[in-house]
Parts: sequence; structure tokens; C-alpha cells
Amino acid sequence: MGRLSWRLADVVEVRPETGRVVTLALAVPGWDGHRPGQHVDVRLTAEDGYQAERAYSIASAPDGSRVELAVERLEDGEVSPYLAGELRKGDQLELRGPVGGYFVWEPDRGGPLLLVGGGSGVVPLMAMLRQRAADGSNVPARLLYSSRDLEDVIFREELERLEAAGDGLTVTYALTRAQPAGWTGYARRVDAVMLEEVGWPPGERPLAYVCGPTRLVEAVAGHLVALGHDPSRVRTERFGPTGVP
Amino acid sequence: MSGFVSRGFKGRRRPAEQATRLPPGQYAERGFPVLSAGPTPRVDLADWRLKVEGLVARPQEWTWKEAQALPASSFEGDIHCVTRWSKLGTSFGGVSVDTLLEAAEPLPEASHVVAFCYGGYTTNLPLDDVQGGKAWVVWEHEDAPLPAEHGGPARLLVPHLYFWKSAKWLAGLRLLDHDAPGFWESLGYHNHGDPWREERYWGD
Repeated sequence: MGRLSWRLADVVEVRPETGRVVTLALAVPGWDGHRPGQHVDVRLTAEDGYQAERAYSIASAPDGSRVELAVERLEDGEVSPYLAGELRKGDQLELRGPVGGYFVWEPDRGGPLLLVGGGSGVVPLMAMLRQRAADGSNVPARLLYSSRDLEDVIFREELERLEAAGDGLTVTYALTRAQPAGWTGYARRVDAVMLEEVGWPPGERPLAYVCGPTRLVEAVAGHLVALGHDPSRVRTERFGPTGVP
Repeated sequence: MSGFVSRGFKGRRRPAEQATRLPPGQYAERGFPVLSAGPTPRVDLADWRLKVEGLVARPQEWTWKEAQALPASSFEGDIHCVTRWSKLGTSFGGVSVDTLLEAAEPLPEASHVVAFCYGGYTTNLPLDDVQGGKAWVVWEHEDAPLPAEHGGPARLLVPHLYFWKSAKWLAGLRLLDHDAPGFWESLGYHNHGDPWREERYWGD
């Protein structure tokens, strides 16, 4: 296996998703493709040679040499304010990857599929749903997406379209801080009751992918195991700001 | 890709002290991020065992109480995660792996170790990387019991390698006469994982 070499990608599109999240569409010369759920390492270099590296999940399904990242701007961050604020179409960006081989789902892994995302933790799950749609898969899939409010939901219109396709996907939101007038959906953090209502019965042996802040991931994975799901079918990935002990 | 500059990127320069302590590509993190591939196993201390087995003259198995009675040893220093955060100036307490190996007496042909864990995780290391004061089994972090999400009751601590080698929820060490890639080592991550040589992925 050869080394994952750094590649100089062209930024071909910068697309705002929410107030804090942008999608960066990149053309990556020599890209060998990726699997939904994988991430890339991004490296920024200042004029004096100073470098900063971070990992970002890929949001797009495999599509030739095109790779899309969705980056949330963290106000105290070093790299994300540049990616989701400074970077423009026509700029270049160094990256290498794809990285990670466990938090990965492709339609041939089957289902049913339970995806639980918190905030920008939905990004790798979106790559899975996009791959599912691109392949015309009808593996039953349920996305439970926890967001502070509706405005912070990333990919909302696209998720509506995917759900409307009627191919076995349902999308459920849990809005934890603020809800629009007339909201009849969940208005609290993801909990065991919600997972029982939205998730699959353990007897159906769903494949679960959980991605988000540590508190959400720890809680959801713990609830799933307590509800009787096989721990080996629950895969987790931590995302976003790190917790302080 | 020498010479490339990210237009408009300034970045934060590291304080001088950090600059010498941070391996390439790492940044200093004040918190202690949690990373794992699946649910956190809950291990009852009454059922907990720590084993040293495989190519040893005297296979060992300690209960929680017996392990606590082993000579205490602690680590103070820096840890480095392959996801690019480093935590500088932290501390762990437990027992030196040297103490465990002295009790088990590795056979001359033993060359590698597989750490195996509650929950099924594994990671592999050359025996030399866990001998000579370089590795611990720890149950305390900064003078408090090691929380379950950080690997409690006990985790392996091999601070000179990327932190995925410091296996959480440790159940034991198996000594082998050959190398046997573990969980992440089979999924694209480097077999050895030295942060100072930036051994992150296959081929690095």
C-alpha cells in the first residue's frame, strides 16, 4: 500500500449550507475515490511555512475526482474559520486521503440502517445517504438528526427530496434549543424513548452509525446497547468541538 | 508540494514551549477528546480481569484488587492522538507493564504483543515498545479514576506512540513470536504509529 500523498485540489464551488456551515466542492487530481463515511486530512500553509492540519469528513458520494467537504465554522478554531469563511472558488487546498475504514457504509452492507447524527456529525451520514440514492438502493434507512434549531439543520432541502423519493428513507429531527411555531416533532435531546420510537427494534438487527459531539455519541450508543442492540453493529465517530473534562 | 501557500491563511503560531513538544501535524488541545469506534463497554470491577498470556513462562491473571496491589507507577507527560490533537502535561497512574512482564516471564521467542480489550478492540506493538519504562496499565487520570469513556476501568498507556495504541478497556496482553495487526492497523492506520515520524497511515 503506497503512502497517501498530499494532493493540491482546486476549489470549484463554495456553497453555504447554514449560517455556520459551508460545502466546499473540490476537484482533486488523481483522486482514487472514497467510501461513504471516510474523511480526509486538510493542510493549510501560511506564507512563512507554518502549517496546520485537521481531518474533515467527506459529505459527497464517490463521484470521480470531485470531493465535497462540509465544514462548520468554530469561532475559536484555527482551521475551520479559514475553510468556512476565507476560502473562495478558484483557491487551492492541500489534502490527503481517504482515511478511515470502519465508519463506512455502502449499500451492499445492507440494513436496515439507523443513522443518528448531531449537528455537523450528519456530514458522513449524508455521504452514506447520497450513495444510497445514487445507487438506487432501497435498503430501509432512518435518519435521526439532532440539531439546535431548524436553521442549523444542514442539507435540509436535500434530505426532504431524498425522503420524498419514497425509497424507504425516513428523516426525523430532534430540535434541542428552539423550535419553529407549530413544531410537532421532537423538542429535546435524543434519548432512549426516541430511539425506541424512531430506531428499529433490536430484533431487526439494524446497522447503526452514530456521529456527533461526544455527549450525544456516548448517550446514543449507550442507549442502543441498553435497548438490546448488538454492540458490534453500532459504529461511532466523534465530531465537532471537543469536550473539556 | 513544497512552495504551496494557502492564500490568506495566517494561523496561530505555537508558543515556544509547545513548538518543541508537539510532533509534526499536531496541535495542543486543552480538553481530553473521546474517540472510539463503538459503544463504551461497561465492565464491572467484580468481573474485571487483566491477563498476560501467550509466549510467557507463567501466564498471569489479576483481579481488580490484585492489580491495585501491584507496585504503583505513574506517567507525567504528553499524549498524541492520530486525529491531530495532543494533550500536553497530563498524568496517569497504574502499574508499569514491566512489572506485569516480570511476573509472566516472556519466552525468548516473544517479539510482539497484542493488547486485547473488553468490547473486542485490539492493537499490536513490538515487545520492545512496551518494555523498559515505556508502557503502563493505568486506572487513574490526573488523580481521579479513569472514566469509562476514556478506557476505564483500565487502559494501556504507551505515550510515545499515537494514542490508538493505548488500548481502552484493556483485558490483557498476548505475547507472540510474530506481528499481528490489530483493529485500526488493519483499517489503514500505520502498524507502528510513532508521532515524531508521523506514522499515521499505511505507507507513511
